[in-house]
Amino acid sequence: MYVAVKGGERAIGAAHYWLAEVRRGPADQPAIHTDAIRDQLSLAVDRVMAEGSLYDPDLAALAIKQARGDLIEAIFLIRAYRTTLPRFGGSAPVDTGAMDIARRISATFKDAPGGQVLGPTYDYTHRLLDFRLMADGEVPVEGTGAEAAPSPAASDVLHILSFLNRDGLIQSENPTDADPGDLTREPLELPADRALRLQALARGDEGFLLGLAYSTQRGYARNHAFVGELRIGTVPVAMDIPELGFAIDIGEIEVTECDTVNQFTGSRTEPAQFTRGYGLSFGQTERKALSMALVDRALRWEELGEDDAGAPAQDAEFVLYHCDNIQATGFLEHIKLPHYVDFQAELELVRRLRADAAGTGADNNREAAE
Amino acid sequence: MTDHPPLPHTRADNLGLLARASASRIQALLPDLPDHQVLRAPEIGTVMVRGRAGGTGAPFNLGEMTVTRASVQLPCGTVGHGYVQGRSRPHALRAAAIDALLQTDAAARIEAGVIAPLRAEETARRHARAGRAAATRVEFFTLVRGEDA
Repeated sequence: MYVAVKGGERAIGAAHYWLAEVRRGPADQPAIHTDAIRDQLSLAVDRVMAEGSLYDPDLAALAIKQARGDLIEAIFLIRAYRTTLPRFGGSAPVDTGAMDIARRISATFKDAPGGQVLGPTYDYTHRLLDFRLMADGEVPVEGTGAEAAPSPAASDVLHILSFLNRDGLIQSENPTDADPGDLTREPLELPADRALRLQALARGDEGFLLGLAYSTQRGYARNHAFVGELRIGTVPVAMDIPELGFAIDIGEIEVTECDTVNQFTGSRTEPAQFTRGYGLSFGQTERKALSMALVDRALRWEELGEDDAGAPAQDAEFVLYHCDNIQATGFLEHIKLPHYVDFQAELELVRRLRADAAGTGADNNREAAE
Repeated sequence: MTDHPPLPHTRADNLGLLARASASRIQALLPDLPDHQVLRAPEIGTVMVRGRAGGTGAPFNLGEMTVTRASVQLPCGTVGHGYVQGRSRPHALRAAAIDALLQTDAAARIEAGVIAPLRAEETARRHARAGRAAATRVEFFTLVRGEDA
């Protein structure tokens, strides 16, 4: 139990004043503009948008600046801001099949129809520090820019798994228009259906999901994931506008999508078929989307008739109740706040127990002596 | 992009274009708003963006995005609505005014002066991006290992 404390205003004021100075850094250095954060630290911005669960690159950049680069603190700021806004409604589900592709790769099909597009990736870089970035801040851009032939039109770039699906080799997703549950409106309760699980994973902590996904690869509920397709690009977001009586695009967002092809199921009556996991997140966040897909697949053990191996990634309660870094850090960090009354009670108890034990011990000794 | 026959642009197309365009660009193309009465003052809010499990399955809530909306009425009585991405009140107001103007006899002027340039710029942006992506198109070859040959 937490009992409120009073006092400390002056110290808190001085601490916040110092914090503001430290955040700004030496006055002879130029301050970082939020535009520069948005455009030059864009992967940090994307992570804050994904886990803050609010797509707004300018706000995410501001939060990163205010939080001195602490991304969880920045995500906290975004989540807090979001609660001050009214919600106008829900969009139509985005059509990732009509994405304007910046990146599209498949680890399962070398000759994927529509081609493989690497996009702006760190894959195949040597992970050597580039000291030129430190020396003068600029690296000459070498080689090639745009090529004459543009990518195929969006409608040509089908999901790669749809080719497997055509032959019935992979389990299909049933399109429905059921209104999905929303854990920002109703507290998450178990059992949670896949829509709620995907929402929780989409806003879940990248590090936590990465660790869980890795655990499935190492053998805790192993499900042999291949990256069927990973794509990054922009999709329009459409919503029905009541006063207009029709749907319009209210904007365009960048998303990362990952489809995994996983170990197959099958029985005497049903032919063998691959299964799938799914990841989708705001921005260019492919480690997150990939982790999400592996954990989504692990959590589907029940509906796919698999055994509960007792693995952490299969345990919906464990995963869903611990993947939110704002819930986690809120509870974790509150133990830094004064708990004097709490602790006094514990201290009293321990002292009494020790006194009792000492008293009993003394009695025993006396009895033995007599 | 493949060459589709040009389709007539609907009111929804134009509103979508205005939502995706930058506030500063629209302001540059239409610096002065027409006379209007504000029916709904610009309001910042969110829309819950949905996805589908597996890309094609049941819908789920992915996360929210910021959206600003406004409604205006011209002196002739025509009403316009704007819903734009982000948190710019002038953007929403301008989109609503343009939506209204496009329903009046100013439509041709606005189409030529605002909509057509925005559309051309958006197309150019998409082409440029598609070109950058195409330059990273890759062909992977599977190598035959010595012991298998």
